[in-house]
Amino acid sequence: MAPRDSALRTFVWTWGAPLAVALPLLVAPLVLSDFRLNLLGKFLTYAIVALGLDLIWGYGGMLSLGQGLFFGLGGYAMAMYLKLETSGSRLPDFMSWSGLEALPIFWEPFRSPVVALCAVVLLPMAIASAVGYLVFRSRVQGVYFSLITQGLTLIASILFIGQQAVTGGTNGITNLKTIFGFTRGAAGTQTVLYFVTLFCLGALYLLCRKLTQSRFGRLLVAMRDDENRVRFLGYNPVTLKTLVFALSAGMAGVAGALFVCQVGLISPSSMGVIPSVEMVTWVAVGGRGTLIGAVVGAILVSLGKSALSESYPEVWQLGFGALFAASVMLLPKGVSGFLQRHVAKLSRRRTDGVAGPAGGDEVDPAAGPEAPATTGR
Amino acid sequence: MYTSGLDVEDRPAAGTSRRRALCVAMAALAGAALLSACGKANEEAPAPGTTPAAPASDSASIKVGVLHSLSGTMSISEVAVKDATLLAIEEINKAGGVLGKQLVPVVEDGASDWPTFNEKARKLVQQDAVAVVFGGWTSASRKAMLPSFEELNGLLFYPVQYEGLEQSPNIFYTGAEPSQQIVPAVDYLLEKGKKRIYLLGSDYVFPRTANKIIKAQLASKGGELAGEEYLPLGGTEVSTIISKISAAKPDAIFNTLNGDSNVAFFKQFKDAGYTADKLPVLSVSVAEEEVRGIGADNIAGHLVSWNYYQTTDTPENKKFVDAYKAKYGATRVTDDPIEAGYFGVYLWKMAVEKAKSTEVAKVKEAVKAGGIEYNAPEGLVRLDGKNQHTWKTVRIGAVRKDGLIDEVWSSGKPVQPDPYLSAYPWAKELAAK
Amino acid sequence: MNEVLLHAFNGLSLGSILLLISMGLAFSFGLMNVINMAHGEFIMAGAYTTYVVGQHVAPLVGGTEAGLWFLLALPASFLVAGVLGLLLELSMIRFLYGRPLDTLLATWGVGLVLQQAARSLFGASNVQVSSPSWLSGGVALSGGVQLPYKRVFLIALVIACIVAVYTYLHRSAGGRRLRAVMQNREMASCLGVRARRVDAATFALGAGLAGIAGCALTQLGSIGPSLGTNYIVDAFMVVILGGLGRLPGTVVAALVIGVANTLLELSTTASLGKALVFALVIAFLQWRPTGLLALRTR
Repeated sequence: MAPRDSALRTFVWTWGAPLAVALPLLVAPLVLSDFRLNLLGKFLTYAIVALGLDLIWGYGGMLSLGQGLFFGLGGYAMAMYLKLETSGSRLPDFMSWSGLEALPIFWEPFRSPVVALCAVVLLPMAIASAVGYLVFRSRVQGVYFSLITQGLTLIASILFIGQQAVTGGTNGITNLKTIFGFTRGAAGTQTVLYFVTLFCLGALYLLCRKLTQSRFGRLLVAMRDDENRVRFLGYNPVTLKTLVFALSAGMAGVAGALFVCQVGLISPSSMGVIPSVEMVTWVAVGGRGTLIGAVVGAILVSLGKSALSESYPEVWQLGFGALFAASVMLLPKGVSGFLQRHVAKLSRRRTDGVAGPAGGDEVDPAAGPEAPATTGR
Repeated sequence: MYTSGLDVEDRPAAGTSRRRALCVAMAALAGAALLSACGKANEEAPAPGTTPAAPASDSASIKVGVLHSLSGTMSISEVAVKDATLLAIEEINKAGGVLGKQLVPVVEDGASDWPTFNEKARKLVQQDAVAVVFGGWTSASRKAMLPSFEELNGLLFYPVQYEGLEQSPNIFYTGAEPSQQIVPAVDYLLEKGKKRIYLLGSDYVFPRTANKIIKAQLASKGGELAGEEYLPLGGTEVSTIISKISAAKPDAIFNTLNGDSNVAFFKQFKDAGYTADKLPVLSVSVAEEEVRGIGADNIAGHLVSWNYYQTTDTPENKKFVDAYKAKYGATRVTDDPIEAGYFGVYLWKMAVEKAKSTEVAKVKEAVKAGGIEYNAPEGLVRLDGKNQHTWKTVRIGAVRKDGLIDEVWSSGKPVQPDPYLSAYPWAKELAAK
Repeated sequence: MNEVLLHAFNGLSLGSILLLISMGLAFSFGLMNVINMAHGEFIMAGAYTTYVVGQHVAPLVGGTEAGLWFLLALPASFLVAGVLGLLLELSMIRFLYGRPLDTLLATWGVGLVLQQAARSLFGASNVQVSSPSWLSGGVALSGGVQLPYKRVFLIALVIACIVAVYTYLHRSAGGRRLRAVMQNREMASCLGVRARRVDAATFALGAGLAGIAGCALTQLGSIGPSLGTNYIVDAFMVVILGGLGRLPGTVVAALVIGVANTLLELSTTASLGKALVFALVIAFLQWRPTGLLALRTR
């Protein structure tokens, strides 16, 4: 049953899962309606955020509740360019409502698409590097790190809401009609954007994969499991952590920009505390520590949320919240962990020809019993 | 700390069978997820890539969308509007429907989240091919939906008063714009000799724009700005703002706070020793529904400005209030946005019947020709052919001890909508299109 | 002079509100390392309990004016939120000890469920409780300034809660067990303390305190399904500034944030003031990552 040829086997093992996810995504434009394709494209941007979050949380062990902030920064950088493109020579509409006479100086560079695209990546990375360096240098860890990033997100959204004249306030930046000269909402443009998003997702997936398989990735996991040992081995955890944090922020920024292109608006409600927690749920459901799990998780959760709220608009939160809480309880390693464990058991039984009860004596580090309740207290 | 030993993905030579199994399972999972999405798409939508066919006009029913926040912070206000819209749809169906067809409401939840409003608006227009959508409350939700309706050529009936300075070809506005609510309210205060006015609002677009209008109006009419302060949305810590107000010694407060902040403000304002006689507050986002949450004794005597109150004395209103209470419970109240969410459906019905079609272009054409008038609970309302806003009677009211609102001033007749305030010389600078 | 007094009072009363909402969190998060995102919903549960008591019990005990019902609502809120907390502990949290980030996620889901449950039970709109007559009005100072009785009451309530918690922790058998388990779980278990029970009791106590906060907050703000979300981040900020595991730290942190917020808001705007305070807290944590008064190393 299993392929005998070991080269083929290796190929299937290392590429099977990603291809299995990629293929349906590639044919999706042929079968989906415009609306569903647009929705799926939006979910793919979420998958990019999830990849970055998985890198820092699943591999690095640091849960960032600030991904929404970076997502928002990337989104705003892109939206500023698109708004200027749409407005042409006139002042963006929300500025004239707010009584501005001239374009603020820091908006000027965003007339250039190159600057905007660079800012999409570099702005979140710069902020993450600065914050990360300070935070990690003072050895802030675990829950503290999570809550500090949450605090940052809150500050940023308060500031963005408060500075209506330059950021569009609660409304955010809306009504982005064109993108590099094309009509943003047209079906053709949306299909192209879908493929661009898919391409970015694929490329970033490969990048993350390369990273996690490299020495860097191993160090990251080692640091997650025992930071002091890594420190004593002569590595500097501060640099390492800052780097990963910045990387995940940059990915969130890219996702934010792609989100803006597809959805046509960015507002503080996409960068607040609640979206940031939602981003974490994607990785948690998919399974932290497996990159493909993060991608599947983001798509699965978003799909579930849309489907539930469309079917039961009045009470969907009840089901969504319960399902989510249950999945955290019952699938501590997420969907991918669950599959890894149970399907492995099944297939092993089949290949070994053993039909007896499996499980009790199974020694499987990835799916072993939970840590005793007393640790970490 | 999360430290249990996860495998690093795709580490060669480890857990080989597990790895393969993961591949297979992931494939199955992803395939299933996508298939379900496709299945959904296929059953709901016409062939991909084509625009929806003429919306449901040859079947026995017409789909209409209802899009409000049913969860999240805005649901405190929006659920009641959704209820009123559904009531109107039910009444119309009982009376034979529109063009002889029954209306089928498709309800969606905007979840107090602007990108969600955008998504659901697209879903309603593109996927469900509804003839019209009734929905929205905050300006942010309207701004998020607006591009979708314009791109897809959908139709939105927006039922809430707003800051004006907007006129989308795909939106009919059944709530008031500033000249039908804010401008007369400020005039009323000035007439009553309240010259020093303090502007208090939530930190978002409507209050900031409204206050810009008010400042221009005060400057031209001899009023005086006593101060201007904004509270974060949802903020409930108002003691410092009340101290600032005390220090400024205004004659009146013009209040554009939203939602929960109103509750905190009025409760604590009263406890700071202020009554309506001493320092009246005129609110434009507090209606009967909100008064219930604030507590009538905390806000009694203060002023509000709207186009409709539950006490408005018309035969249509009596019927409306009775029907609403019969359907949703005797303790429920009606108010301005609820009423606008209700009569909007009737206005749309009249436009459709005049156009003899639910097609957006024809409906708009029918409105443009004029004469879409309806005897709403608030009195006669008329859709303006030019700017797609609604002619509405302006009413200033005072909150009673029992939580209802008494009219203390009225424009007497429907006021022509003027979203860009073009009739007011002092508003020239604001109205730059 | 009055001005200064008023601002000091405002700062103090904001601090006492912050303390009230974060005291429960200091138990679940500070002592047990459980990140309870549903904490805000326990506050909401307390508020709705107060509403129900005000609706149904008040007419039996002298009407809403007399205010006896409000004194009954305080323990009722404590009980309802405490029982909810106990149920949550027994059904979920106990399986997640040692995985604080998983508690964050699971309780976030629970929070959504509780919000929707409240919406289905009590309707989506805000509801209202009237205040007892003895909480209306305030102490008049010269110059038209008035210190509201409600805020005075709140400060008194917070002091009462602190005293009660302190007494429980340091003067009762239950508190002794709690401290023993928190300091050294294995040792305490060896000595016959049933650690599981202590966990459940501690979590329930934290939830109950949130319920009291909810009851008190009905006098100041709104009562609606999303009430809790207004307070949750503030509460976490207070606890991490104070330092995990130290109740005195939480007290100091709440007062510091309350006064700082009031002062900053006076000189800037409400939005900016709040953002500045949070920025200062984060900056402070760079300097002392374990918070104001943390003794434990981790």
